[in-house]
Amino acid sequence: MFDLAGYGPQIFAGTLTTIELSVASLIVSFLLGLLGASAKLSKNRALRGIATVYTTIIRGVPDLVLMLLIFYSLQIWLNDFTDWLNTLQSRYDIELPLDPLTSGIITLGFIYGAYFTETFRGAFQSVPKGQLEAAVSFGMRPLLVFRRILFPQMMRYALPGLGNNWQVILKATALVSIIGLSDVVKATQSAGEATFRGFYFLCIAGLVYLFLTIISNGVLLLLERKYAIGVRRASI
Amino acid sequence: MIQIIQQYGIAYLAWDGYRISGLAMTLWLLVLACCIGFCLALPLAIARNSKNPLVWFPVWVFTFLFRGTPLYVQLLLIYSGIYGLEFVHNTAPLNEFFRQAINCTVLSFALNTGAYTTEIFAGAIKETSHGEVDAARAMGMSMRTMYRRIIIPSALRRALPVYSNEVILMLHATTLAFTATVPDILKVANDAYSATYDPFDSFSLAAVIYLCVSFALIFGFRRAERHFLAFLQP
Repeated sequence: MFDLAGYGPQIFAGTLTTIELSVASLIVSFLLGLLGASAKLSKNRALRGIATVYTTIIRGVPDLVLMLLIFYSLQIWLNDFTDWLNTLQSRYDIELPLDPLTSGIITLGFIYGAYFTETFRGAFQSVPKGQLEAAVSFGMRPLLVFRRILFPQMMRYALPGLGNNWQVILKATALVSIIGLSDVVKATQSAGEATFRGFYFLCIAGLVYLFLTIISNGVLLLLERKYAIGVRRASI
Repeated sequence: MIQIIQQYGIAYLAWDGYRISGLAMTLWLLVLACCIGFCLALPLAIARNSKNPLVWFPVWVFTFLFRGTPLYVQLLLIYSGIYGLEFVHNTAPLNEFFRQAINCTVLSFALNTGAYTTEIFAGAIKETSHGEVDAARAMGMSMRTMYRRIIIPSALRRALPVYSNEVILMLHATTLAFTATVPDILKVANDAYSATYDPFDSFSLAAVIYLCVSFALIFGFRRAERHFLAFLQP
């Protein structure tokens, strides 16, 4: 269908890297978001303070700045840490190299965890208090309350926000090519530079992202339908 | 840290007479992109709500394309992609325009924020309460007068909270300009990093500046909301 000038496998591999990176960052930020939202709603003042500082700073600073900051500093910190470990026990020579994919996942997960925290905080608060009290009075332990009552209902309120965040993460993965990950943008860029058809190959990168957006829209619609089971809608 | 501030503080913040500072460049990019995007979005939002498919469909395609792809790809397309095209090279005015990195950057930012703003405004226009429109019709207003006096003012007011988010996101997106060699705050930070090999200090200085600008914008929009949405205050 498209004339890829032999760069098809590279672009395909780049697309897979993009998907891998965004799904992994989604999982990391999802878990961080759950933790952050629980911290923000907890009775402990220190926890609330930490969560508030986290979300305020992360959401106030551009993601590219944070990405460069974390990506370059993380390796230095790790090196310092392993140096310190090595001085403690000089028999081993420990090295923890960080590849761009891992640091990309850590960075994106850390950044978007803050956005997920806000989404989940709103959703947690939308679940009626009486249901949680009823669950407790049934003798459920906190984890069981979370799994059976809070989480399934919270997801319904959180889904639109989650969908938004997912689309933003998907598009933010393009930034990771700046710090050297060979994702779809990098692959099409090098293909364009080699063949002098930059415009054409970048359009293909755009098409890949559009395709991923359309697919994720479909998946979101299905998920929304799943979590909306048993909800009565006002008929207009 | 102190050494970087001494060496690069001027480049980050102040203006030394002949080279524009990072902060000024970032703000200039933000203002240009938001102004052009706003002027683009207002007519497009009205067109987006039209009943004629020939009118709303092209607008939908525009917003879909620009919201479905990363800004970085759009910037690369406009900055390096278009300039590589044969006919752009051969047409003098186009060649002149696309050779300047800042023109390409502002163009891509404005189109991107224009697409998002179009959807924000279109949503707000769609939510205009039908009573207001009925009343305006009953007063005998023409379509134009109705849009100018009733729909646009109230829709813009209602869109303000969401629009302020979009402006903050645009501020964050201006960091991409440094990949197109535009000397904004992040470019200065990157220079400081490559000169000192101290990533944490150089980039966290940039982060602090961006944080301050974000807070200033949030404060300004809160004031604006209190002024324009005063009738919604409890």
